[in-house]
Amino acid sequence: MFIPCDRGGGSAVPDFKGFTLLMPAVSVGNVGQLAIDLVISTLDMTKVGYFYTDCLVPMVGNNPYATAEENSVELSINAEVYSLPSKKLVVLQIRSPFIKNKYRPFCETLLSWVKSSKCARVVLLSSSHAYQRDDEQLLGTPLRYLLTPDLEKAVGGRMKELNWKEMEKVAAYPGISNTDKVLHIPGGGITKLLFTESCSEGIQMAVLLKFCSEGDNIPDAFVLVNYLNEWLQLIKSEVSTSNNSTDPSSQWKIPSSWRLLFGNGLPPALF
Amino acid sequence: MATFFGEVVVAPSRAGLDEEEEAREETPEDREIRREIEKKRYGRRGRLGLEIGEREIDVLWSCAQEPLVCSRFIVAIGRNAAAFLSSFILDSVCWEVVGVVKLWNEWCRTSSTTNVLPTDSFCLFYRLIADPTVLLCQCSCYVAEDQQFQWLEKVFGSMQKKGLQVTILSTCPVADYKTQESTLTLVSPFLKALKTKEFQEQVCCPLLEQPNIVRDLPAA
Repeated sequence: MFIPCDRGGGSAVPDFKGFTLLMPAVSVGNVGQLAIDLVISTLDMTKVGYFYTDCLVPMVGNNPYATAEENSVELSINAEVYSLPSKKLVVLQIRSPFIKNKYRPFCETLLSWVKSSKCARVVLLSSSHAYQRDDEQLLGTPLRYLLTPDLEKAVGGRMKELNWKEMEKVAAYPGISNTDKVLHIPGGGITKLLFTESCSEGIQMAVLLKFCSEGDNIPDAFVLVNYLNEWLQLIKSEVSTSNNSTDPSSQWKIPSSWRLLFGNGLPPALF
Repeated sequence: MATFFGEVVVAPSRAGLDEEEEAREETPEDREIRREIEKKRYGRRGRLGLEIGEREIDVLWSCAQEPLVCSRFIVAIGRNAAAFLSSFILDSVCWEVVGVVKLWNEWCRTSSTTNVLPTDSFCLFYRLIADPTVLLCQCSCYVAEDQQFQWLEKVFGSMQKKGLQVTILSTCPVADYKTQESTLTLVSPFLKALKTKEFQEQVCCPLLEQPNIVRDLPAA
């Protein structure tokens, strides 16, 4: 599945042992994917390979993180892997939707790659339909987390220190009081499948998600990536001297490919 | 989301199909019905009694030599690109038909005949008689997203690549082109290109600027 890039010194497979794999779920508002774009762009991560898979709709374009003429002509496809060894971070970006009936094969192949490359843990960025929240979820923070049992032992305490809220389970049959509680992540794409598979396979996985709706999801991406940063500390949050608050939003670099997200310029003749 | 008549409709998500549909609890009757539908849509027994998916692609080569040795492969995807090749490149003197792709999806069906009309859906392979390592493909049919990878593997799988250079020709609507100005004032049609870093020759037109992308079979 993983094909390393040929970086001139032969295509030696990069070593991800002990790394944290950060990846998005293709979910409502594409928030996870936008947040990953911010991480790759800000940390100026190097592409180390891609996934050769028949599970995603094919797409190709020129480098979405281009900053100058010289680096703008590298091709980019639907599932690529970037790495930052200094932070022991490897990032998978997924750029197109899943092909019907291919969710499960992709999840299986992905998790088997996680195990074979000996990644220490997986952090999945996702989102869920805001309109499906119950009365209690409408109040307070729209951010939630989930930890597989293996990761709970390692970092559960840190989540409590950060005062994070765990994703609530809901009744399997709403309205009937004595039913089992199940995990329900509407609009989350492969989130629930990946999470439940990781639980049963003993993989350390954290899910960070935000309740949102389709629309301009750039602010949602910033909120999610700042949430991630509270835990992983990927960038330093500088204290702003003007209002004495910590707002790292301005330190994330928006990729050049985020231009024209809502269409072209208008024809002058319209007015 | 509300329309202007006050009717509430479920807004489809940009994120694609919701996996929750597949995770729903099924009764044994539901499972049986779903299995029958899938068998009808995806599986039938072929001549040898083997299960053949209706969505499987067959690549049929007419020449005895397989794998085909190929140094140049030109692929025209879509009706416009296929018509371009018919008008300016192909003729029965210099080119011979060497293969055909047989497929079916909800949008079109191609057959194994090589005698096609321009208005038909077809996918044919030609070889330059003067240099049999030059191959050309005219693909005017729509290859569905779950068939694209298969097309790729089966076509390239039957080639013996010898310093292979691939050129893909396709078209996109101008309205899909993302640019700062309005597409109304753009002079069209216009050419844009994408190339791999291994392609060292001069490209005849500007490269496709971000954030534009190419999808489906040309991307595959």
